[in-house]
Amino acid sequence: MIVRKPLPRWADLILVPFLNLSLAFAISGLVVLMIGESPVEAVKILIFGAFGYGEGLGYTLHFATNFVFAGLAFSIASHAGQFNIGAEGQAYVAGLGAILVALALDQTHWLIVMPIAMIAAAALGGFWGFVPGYLAAKRGSHVVITTIMFNFIASAFMVYVINNFLKPPENMAPESASVVNAGKMPQLREWWDYFGYSPLNVMFFVAILALILTYILLWRTELGYKIRTMGANPSAAHYAGISNSKIVMIAMTISGGVAGMIALNEVLGVQNRLVLDFVFGYGFVGIAVGLMGRNHPIGIALAALLFGALYQGGQELAFMMPAVTREMILVIQALVILFTGAMEGLFRGPLEMIFGMIEMSSSSDDADKDDASASSQG
Amino acid sequence: MEFFETLVLLLASTIRLTVPLLLACLAGLYSERSGIFDIGLEGKMLAGAFGAATVAALTGSAWLGMFAGIGVSVAMALIHGVASITFRGNQIISGVAINFLAAGLTVLLGQTWFKQGGRTPQLNGDARFNDIDLPFVDQLADVPFLGSIYTHLISGHNILVYIAFATVPLTYFILFKTRFGLRLRASGENPKAVDTAGINVNAMRFKAIIITGILCGLAGAYLSTAQSSGFIKDMTAGRGFIALAALIFAKWMPIPALFACLLFGFLSALGNFLQGVELPIIGEVPVQLIQAMPYILTVILLAGFIGKAVGPKAGGIPYIKER
Repeated sequence: MIVRKPLPRWADLILVPFLNLSLAFAISGLVVLMIGESPVEAVKILIFGAFGYGEGLGYTLHFATNFVFAGLAFSIASHAGQFNIGAEGQAYVAGLGAILVALALDQTHWLIVMPIAMIAAAALGGFWGFVPGYLAAKRGSHVVITTIMFNFIASAFMVYVINNFLKPPENMAPESASVVNAGKMPQLREWWDYFGYSPLNVMFFVAILALILTYILLWRTELGYKIRTMGANPSAAHYAGISNSKIVMIAMTISGGVAGMIALNEVLGVQNRLVLDFVFGYGFVGIAVGLMGRNHPIGIALAALLFGALYQGGQELAFMMPAVTREMILVIQALVILFTGAMEGLFRGPLEMIFGMIEMSSSSDDADKDDASASSQG
Repeated sequence: MEFFETLVLLLASTIRLTVPLLLACLAGLYSERSGIFDIGLEGKMLAGAFGAATVAALTGSAWLGMFAGIGVSVAMALIHGVASITFRGNQIISGVAINFLAAGLTVLLGQTWFKQGGRTPQLNGDARFNDIDLPFVDQLADVPFLGSIYTHLISGHNILVYIAFATVPLTYFILFKTRFGLRLRASGENPKAVDTAGINVNAMRFKAIIITGILCGLAGAYLSTAQSSGFIKDMTAGRGFIALAALIFAKWMPIPALFACLLFGFLSALGNFLQGVELPIIGEVPVQLIQAMPYILTVILLAGFIGKAVGPKAGGIPYIKER
């Protein structure tokens, strides 16, 4: 007899993601083999490039900072049952808020610029998340489609704004004026040269704070409880007196605001000016990070670190092994999304069967012992 | 007269830009009508374009290239099918994965095989689908108005253009006049009823996504071996998503899909045409606004401000047979 039981908690949280991830990496290894390079050598270069020296580590943590924001944005909406794949566009428009504040307050102090720029970026990113949220909640639009459309609208809008309003007349390239003083987020190498020339900056600490605050928001506040209830069972939430449409709008707004923090990390942390397409797909990586991290801050931190290492190590790999181009990261990313997200059930069924069999055989052992002890007594 | 000539050229450009949208939109129609959401049209098209250009470059035959493109695209569609039908995974997530997979693999393999920065070699002669002239073009060319329309709008396109437009009535016929079409639509509206009638819902859905793969492959082949002469990194440039928007705009119906794609094709032709042009009274038209129009219109439509777009009822939900 085959008994299927829910997996024990440790298997669900650690074993299943581990198996899925291993499969994704194994197939990535095959791809490397297919293009005629050694997977083992590639992994060595990747790990050394990501963690082996200060500058590499700095880049890894810098990328991870983006992915923490993107992953949190995805999962906050996810907890409310909304599939927000618009972090890309939300971060992009948030860049406008960040650069405008930074340019205006460039002669003050970064401690003044940072909070105001964060508010401005969160406001614009939040607005870009609120509108799809509003349309989903009040007009019944499909949030996935609307957020996809909003990514493209953001892209067209930003090209227009940068070319027509932000580009200094003497500039040829489509980019805003640069911030030179207080508008730049201080990079950690200013205090600690261990990080070499990496752009790791103070937003790294904001990312850690965001992880903690998200945990508190979702699991320790009334709003978080409502968001999770709504996501788990909208009709139960409705009968409990929770306004579903309000929760959807709030969750989508917070989600967009958090995605907006990517703008500070990139625009004020690296580029020091607003350039076209600075988000560079980081918003989409958030989907993978959120899925892999099981929408929990601890998982997201680990997944963001993994993807940070993949991005930095991948650049190193592209440099050391010319056959392996930067697009290898996209392939790995796709496989991780496929196996930890869409094919998540691949190992679950067989595992449930194995665990069911183990449990059954151990319980029948117990029954044998009981019989034995009973007969010996008699 | 000059205005008329310009208009004809604009419309001819519209037709050329409509073709990939139309093929991808009809591709999505089959999949979504059977109950499988597909945001991976973009990825399948891209993979198809790469497959077509690669084989066309190696064999020198556009037709062999086209079949290869279809093969690659169907393979991608089957990944989506295994994830979302067999393993009942989330269809959106699977679609996202397909898009990334295509974006990464095409450049990676292209660089490995051809070493031209992810491009495939330039295609010439029979390795491309060339424009064909319909009969009497020379005789009619001098006829005012009609001649211009005939030479530029009706004649003078490659074979895939005619195939794409012929697919519209064909799709209408298959979906609404055949038993297969009824079963396919029913799988997307009420799969339980289909199952009760003794028809395998999952097999129906697999058939639907294979058709999706074929049409996306054609769209890709058009991009790399007809419209351009080779594959370039990310050459689909969001067309898969415009096709998705057109599908919603057409309310999942084949004939309206044609008009939605023509409208979006016209908008992108107009966007190219108005680049940097100063119009009287209005001044310079923001091209970005025209480019974003398909997305804006779709958002407005989805929100129910102009009509209402309601997708297939069982879309996005894996079918679980009762035991």
